[in-house]
Amino acid sequence: MTAHISTGLLGRYVGGDTGIAPDVLWAMEAHLEECAACRGRLAEMGDVDTAALLARVRTGLDASVSATAPAPVRRRWLPSRSTRWVTPVFVPWLATTVLVVLVALGFDLAAAARGGALPSLVVLLAPVAPFLGVATAWTRRVDPAHEMVAATARAGLGLVLRRTLVVLVVVIPVLAAAGWLVGASPARWLLPCLAFTMCALALGEVVGLPRATAGLALLWAAVVIGPSIVTARMSVLLTEAALPGWAALTVVVTLVLIARRNSAAELR
Amino acid sequence: MKRKYGMKKAIRAASVAPTTHAWAIRARDLRVRAGRHLAVNGLDLSLGVGVHGLLGPNGAGKTTLMRVLATVLRPAGGDLELLGHSIHRRLDLRTLRRSIGYLPQEFGFYGRFTVREFIEYLAWLKEVPARDVPDAVQRALERTRLADRGNSRMKTLSGGMLRRAGIAQAIVNDPEILLMDEPTVGLDPEQRMDFRSLLRELGTHTCVLVSTHLVEDVVAACTDVVLMDAGRVVFHGVPADLVGAGQAGMVGDSSAERGYTELLRRHRAAEGAA
Repeated sequence: MTAHISTGLLGRYVGGDTGIAPDVLWAMEAHLEECAACRGRLAEMGDVDTAALLARVRTGLDASVSATAPAPVRRRWLPSRSTRWVTPVFVPWLATTVLVVLVALGFDLAAAARGGALPSLVVLLAPVAPFLGVATAWTRRVDPAHEMVAATARAGLGLVLRRTLVVLVVVIPVLAAAGWLVGASPARWLLPCLAFTMCALALGEVVGLPRATAGLALLWAAVVIGPSIVTARMSVLLTEAALPGWAALTVVVTLVLIARRNSAAELR
Repeated sequence: MKRKYGMKKAIRAASVAPTTHAWAIRARDLRVRAGRHLAVNGLDLSLGVGVHGLLGPNGAGKTTLMRVLATVLRPAGGDLELLGHSIHRRLDLRTLRRSIGYLPQEFGFYGRFTVREFIEYLAWLKEVPARDVPDAVQRALERTRLADRGNSRMKTLSGGMLRRAGIAQAIVNDPEILLMDEPTVGLDPEQRMDFRSLLRELGTHTCVLVSTHLVEDVVAACTDVVLMDAGRVVFHGVPADLVGAGQAGMVGDSSAERGYTELLRRHRAAEGAA
């Protein structure tokens, strides 16, 4: 088929003329299927009413689009994906944690400058330092949307672990820097820190994270921090001798957590 | 000739699979603890697709029932089946929770988030597939008529808009069970009309349970009424029955309200006699 469709016939076709003979119609449509040039002419023809309608719609749309100002691009306080890793309310708590470590560091440096032989406050606080962040990773009191979040599919150990990981990622470098300044080797506090965090998570499944962290922190203060300061000697729990014990505790508690991961879907 | 269709999504197998459960929500002799006492005590209830209005006086156990259905609380006894999953200790709640939408009584939010960010956050938590999130959020915003406020911060919204944002987050995952605890508080009459039509639309393929104090909302928008008192179902029927019971009642301004007080009165009288 070489002949193209005449403009007159195309016009009648577009106008919906019923007078076109069926065989002509059939031949036309068969040609249109094959011939891009004729399809292009067909598209350009359009009937006058449709063209006018389209133009009107376009003018209207243009007006309303230009009337609504584009949404202001606001500076995000945290990148939007960060909510997958931290609670939206966690910044002040983590800032407080960092501040506490810095205060402890100040005490240590001041004591060292006076030539005192007190045990390092940074090392004593290190195991419980992530607790503020861990406690706020999953709690009704701090998170206003907790009730909604608690009913979602992701609620549970996975989410809490993500948030705990972020807390550790922030707190451990701060502790490492502070520890380096007071001359304490990371080995002495890193394992106790991890073991305590895992204990808090495991205990948190039973009594809730805020209570678990508060209880463990009190226990630590009573058993280690207090006596160490009173006797001016570092507790045996924070010496190299205790490291195997801490390692074993970390492993055991991690296994318990894995075994009970389903029940964590109902963390309070 | 092969053709590529520009379709983004095909219908998932899960959405055309036949359901294998008779009731979306089925409770038998359900008991739930709230603090020390049993707030839900021996409740029997079977709910399927439709809009179900949950009525009852304060302290009847409505919110506790909502929370246990949202899997936030564990039953203390009895049987509870949601979408055919029996709720027991070993159940992995993750799959079930993907099909539940929940608007709690106290809707908490993050003031610094925009409405869109907030609903995106909840969509992520509900494990809506990442590529569907923008569409799902937009659809939820449009259905609750919040599309023009998507970029406003939550703290700038009025009470009625916050409620609608709450409803938007509840429906963002196209839930099969939708639980809304007093969603009409803070809505003006026009917004309540909108909300009712949204309810009717949702109720065609979802099991919607709405707890409310407004008897009119229930009569206008619900396919059936569940009346609770002291942790138990007192009455379960169509709104017309509630209105019908109001013919005999005395207290209340509308026949539905009279029906409500009359049914409660009858139940309490029967309890007192027993």
